[in-house]
Amino acid sequence: MSKKITRRAFAASSAAAAAVAGFGFKPALAQAYPARPVTVIVPWGAGGGTDATARIVAALLEKDLGQPFNVVNRTGGSGVVGHSAIATAQPDGYTIGMLTVEISMMHWQGLTELAPKSYTPLALMNEDPPGIQVSSTSPYKTVKELADAIKAAPAGKFKASGTGQGGIWHLALVGWMQAMGLAPNHVAWVPSNGAAPAMQDLAAGGLDLTTCSVPEARAIIEAGKARSLAVMATARNPAFPDVPTLKEAIGIDYSTGAWRGIAGPKGLPADVATKLTASLKKVYDSKEFKDFMSNRGFGTVWGDAAQFAAFMDKGDAQMGVAMKAAGLSKA
Amino acid sequence: MLNTLAQAFALITTWEVIVAMLAASVYGLVIGSLPGLSATMATALLVPVTFYLSPIAAVATIVAASTMAIFAGDIPGALLRIPGTPASAAYADEAYAMTRKGEAELALGAGVWFSAVGGIAGTLSLMILAPPLAEIALSFSTFEYFWLAFLGLMCATLVARSSPVKAIASMFIGLLVACIGIENPGGVPRFTFGMTNLFGGIEPIPALVGVFAVAQVMRAMLTPEPPPIPRRKFGSILAGQWKLTKKYNWQMTRGNIIGIIIGVLPGAGADMAAWVSYAMSKRFSKEPEKFGTGHVEGLVEAGASNNASIASGWVPSLLFGIPGDTIAAIAIGVLYMKGLNPGPTLFTEKASSMYAIYLMFIIANIIMIPLGIVMIRLASYVLRAPRSTVMPVIMLCCAVGSFAIGNNIFGVVIVATFGVIGYVMEENGYPVAAMVLGIVMGTMIEQSFVTSLIKSDGSVFPFFERPIAAILAALAIGALIWPVLVWVWRRLKRAHAPATSAG
Repeated sequence: MSKKITRRAFAASSAAAAAVAGFGFKPALAQAYPARPVTVIVPWGAGGGTDATARIVAALLEKDLGQPFNVVNRTGGSGVVGHSAIATAQPDGYTIGMLTVEISMMHWQGLTELAPKSYTPLALMNEDPPGIQVSSTSPYKTVKELADAIKAAPAGKFKASGTGQGGIWHLALVGWMQAMGLAPNHVAWVPSNGAAPAMQDLAAGGLDLTTCSVPEARAIIEAGKARSLAVMATARNPAFPDVPTLKEAIGIDYSTGAWRGIAGPKGLPADVATKLTASLKKVYDSKEFKDFMSNRGFGTVWGDAAQFAAFMDKGDAQMGVAMKAAGLSKA
Repeated sequence: MLNTLAQAFALITTWEVIVAMLAASVYGLVIGSLPGLSATMATALLVPVTFYLSPIAAVATIVAASTMAIFAGDIPGALLRIPGTPASAAYADEAYAMTRKGEAELALGAGVWFSAVGGIAGTLSLMILAPPLAEIALSFSTFEYFWLAFLGLMCATLVARSSPVKAIASMFIGLLVACIGIENPGGVPRFTFGMTNLFGGIEPIPALVGVFAVAQVMRAMLTPEPPPIPRRKFGSILAGQWKLTKKYNWQMTRGNIIGIIIGVLPGAGADMAAWVSYAMSKRFSKEPEKFGTGHVEGLVEAGASNNASIASGWVPSLLFGIPGDTIAAIAIGVLYMKGLNPGPTLFTEKASSMYAIYLMFIIANIIMIPLGIVMIRLASYVLRAPRSTVMPVIMLCCAVGSFAIGNNIFGVVIVATFGVIGYVMEENGYPVAAMVLGIVMGTMIEQSFVTSLIKSDGSVFPFFERPIAAILAALAIGALIWPVLVWVWRRLKRAHAPATSAG
């Protein structure tokens, strides 16, 4: 046994050492980019939605550019560690990563200095808008009935959940309340460890509504335990054509969403960035990517480097307003 | 149904699935049995591989690897007192005591045999009872989870061999550790000292690896080599298991039932199942004084329980997409990726795939017996190897494993820190297993308590009003005041006795 362990442990540690050594290489400027394998950093754990999206993008980039794109999960610090690893990497195009909506939120809470401006945006690939879900035993059949009941009820009577305190779905609720002219905390937020436990508690009768995305609620909805009344988006989700947008249902023009995009550290050479964005566009248009995303119910939204930058700036400002209103901002 | 079963059978009897399953089994056994590497990590590292496999083969690798890795966590627990999972931490002391008594094969045999039985019982419950079990899962709100976590924490005092006061103190240290980070109901950083790496808090696995594995290496460096276990042939592993099955039939059944029920509750999972079952086994045993001295009874019940919970943990995952534990969370990701979207339609439209998953669970639990025996035989050489060669290898595994979880060097720092903490605690008689339980349960108990109070606008009555909550509350409070009543009763009797004898 001990011999066996030694051999395996040695193989594992030498593989790790090789991976570390990879970071130290200077770019081979003479050759066309990419001349060697590229590392794609994911700030969240293996097996989750962000990880899966990054892996399909990496696999398709590899096919297009002919060099391995290796996905590395750098977890820890609630996403800060991985995001920081992308920002502080050598800006040579051999380390890129997947940014998530948290990058436009964490700096308002004073958790990090990192903000959208710390990166070279390459492409926006996905956005999932929040939905409004109630239990199947709830008396509210439409979002109008629910909104009227919320307006009529005293502050704090209705309880909602979907993620932790200050998470994206919490801010979606705050934004919705403000758009209706109510206090940000008119519906009390019950923090949860993510969308799945919140949906379970909704079905168990512990909550009045959840504001997580519709794909996250899909399994429970299909089990007949909950229904989705609306999405806070500019358009309906093709996978859930019966769920209206807030604007269609009650005339409130409010939309937000959790998004994922690819970016590199600040100061990426222009030719490398252009090449990557062009390749990401091919990935986005490919059938494999579209099929994968629709299979998981993830929304697809394209934004090139400039559009992605503008998108992040707008989202960042919107988050700042919502977080200040909710008393979550330290800035 | 027979037709679907036949289709399911056809789905899994392809070369791809069989090879994937065997390879994943061996992989799961090896990773699970290396101290410092966990079942969750074994599953997470498989994800990239599943990209290249067909849907059924992809699920087969996850099922096989996770089943094997959970059992294999018992091996270093028994041989070196380094449990591979928080679940095996509940009974690692017991199994190690058996090894010191020269009964390693009985302890590990019980591990593999009752794990397999539990796994098959759990799978059958998944096949037959999935819808009603899912109803149980959906009737648990935060009020019920609070009491459940409360009961789980109380197991710390029942399981520990040391003084209950020291066990409770250890558990509180664990609860304090669970406070670290921003993943608390308030979403505010606590005890992070401005360190980004502490935002995410301390995960139970690195803490477990530290307090058991690293602390064990430190102890080995400071103490003289213990008297070697008498050199003799490692006896038959399965012999005697049938006798145990008959002798502890009721304990095994109770373990299976508890495991199935706790497993089905998302967030509770195998860890809590093993602790609760081990504590129950001791509480209701006819010979509780033997617990902790190398007594197999608790191993039977806890082993049966934790593997039963693995299979039933798939119920909420498959029906609602709600993961029962971290392994199920990874499995759900793979299911989505392969177009086997969780939900009730999986049971109707893709029934043959569903039955294929059931069959794979059963097969995995059956092949676990021969593969497990081979693994135990190989692992038993570690008892004969000199300590000076074993300990550095353990240290290396700990470092590699803690780095590999998040590709973050901070994981190694955490493991090292907890190694020191664990060493100091053990040297002073504080049971480290109770601290691990505190870390595992801390987040759940705080989250469920605070969110319950938010939902009830600060009123504590809903903790007792909801029917299941009321039952759990009665159990918890009963268990809490029972020892006090017993103590008062004995005091009264004793006070009475001398009075009568004097008079």
